[in-house]
Amino acid sequence: MEFKDKQSIYLQIADYICEQLLLGKWPPGDRIPSVRDLAGTLEVNPNTVMRTYEYLQGKNIIFNKRGVGYFTDEQATSRIREYRKERFLDSELPEFFRTLYLLDISIEELQRRYKTFIETAYPATL
Amino acid sequence: MIHVDGVSFGYSSNKLLFENLSLKLHPGNIYGLLGKNGAGKSSLLRNIAGLLYPIAGRIEIDGCEPRKRQPSFLQDFFLIPEEIHLPSVTVEKYIETLSPFYPNFDESQFRKYLREFDMPEGNKITDLSYGQKKKVLISFGLATNTKHLIMDEPTNGLDIPSKSQFRKVVSSALDPHRIILISTHQVRDLDNLIDSIIILDDSKILVHHSLDEISEKLRFTTLVTAEDDNRVLYSEPSLKGYTVVMENWEQEESRVDLERLFNAVMNNPARIRKIFHRP
Repeated sequence: MEFKDKQSIYLQIADYICEQLLLGKWPPGDRIPSVRDLAGTLEVNPNTVMRTYEYLQGKNIIFNKRGVGYFTDEQATSRIREYRKERFLDSELPEFFRTLYLLDISIEELQRRYKTFIETAYPATL
Repeated sequence: MIHVDGVSFGYSSNKLLFENLSLKLHPGNIYGLLGKNGAGKSSLLRNIAGLLYPIAGRIEIDGCEPRKRQPSFLQDFFLIPEEIHLPSVTVEKYIETLSPFYPNFDESQFRKYLREFDMPEGNKITDLSYGQKKKVLISFGLATNTKHLIMDEPTNGLDIPSKSQFRKVVSSALDPHRIILISTHQVRDLDNLIDSIIILDDSKILVHHSLDEISEKLRFTTLVTAEDDNRVLYSEPSLKGYTVVMENWEQEESRVDLERLFNAVMNNPARIRKIFHRP
């Protein structure tokens, strides 16, 4: 996994897990990799993954079955969308709008490009 | 727990390498020890291992003093030195001879680590390259399952793919009872692997904190301009303006960049001490 420069690692791992869930790679209600396994795969400190799991647990996206492991919540995808949407609308979208405005890119052009992007990047979900 | 309590050390008593140094390391963590060349990192590690003796102060590891080299201490302690000397035997002979000293040694784990490092089987250790020898020793050290594992510049001599394999195996070898302490200059090799950092400079410990605590107090980001901003401790020009280390007044979480942290600490030790409330 390629980590970005600025955001703290535990949140980047949270984003990675949310993406696995949203893409349906880790189905709702299923067991997810153990802290140790995921830490090994991502080459990060297990305590960092632990922090991510606690964070996602606090958001009711995953839960811990004592002695068995971590599982995704049945409602996980809707909760992730809610939380990611909030973060996107708050911080990423204003930045994006600013660029659109500066470069004078029309909403129509954006719409066309968005459609092409979805068709090429996620053909399976159509 | 590894407790270094007011330790002074020098190779001659009129020139001390470090003075009145104190550290407490707790199980379940991977500590990164950073410092410039000659700061005394290896000497500190050798003191902790009982290979060198403090001039003053005391080191205690789970109730034992390393300098006494009691079996109960040695069987739960493994040091991978920077310069390694391995005997001219096969890997099989090596584990047959040395593993009895480590009651928790796990051979299947050892084989697994060697496989992960892409090591060929059945070779004499002396026929191996420097990097391959290092892989044998790292695999052996991890597989001893000692409570204390110290590595001095472990990624020196490892090729590019092995550095990623190194992070994988060390990450999977950490458990709640184990202390892993790694000294290095190659901070990028340890990125995301360590959870706590110790910076040694000018015979003192300048930083001894978890990365979580550091990201609470310091912010690593890019600014359009870095002048006249009294929050900034360290800045360097970059494509988008200035990459900076600054005081984290806004409580924004950012990713700790070890290289910049190190430079910030070296540039401004007094201010770092004040921010982290160290005497």
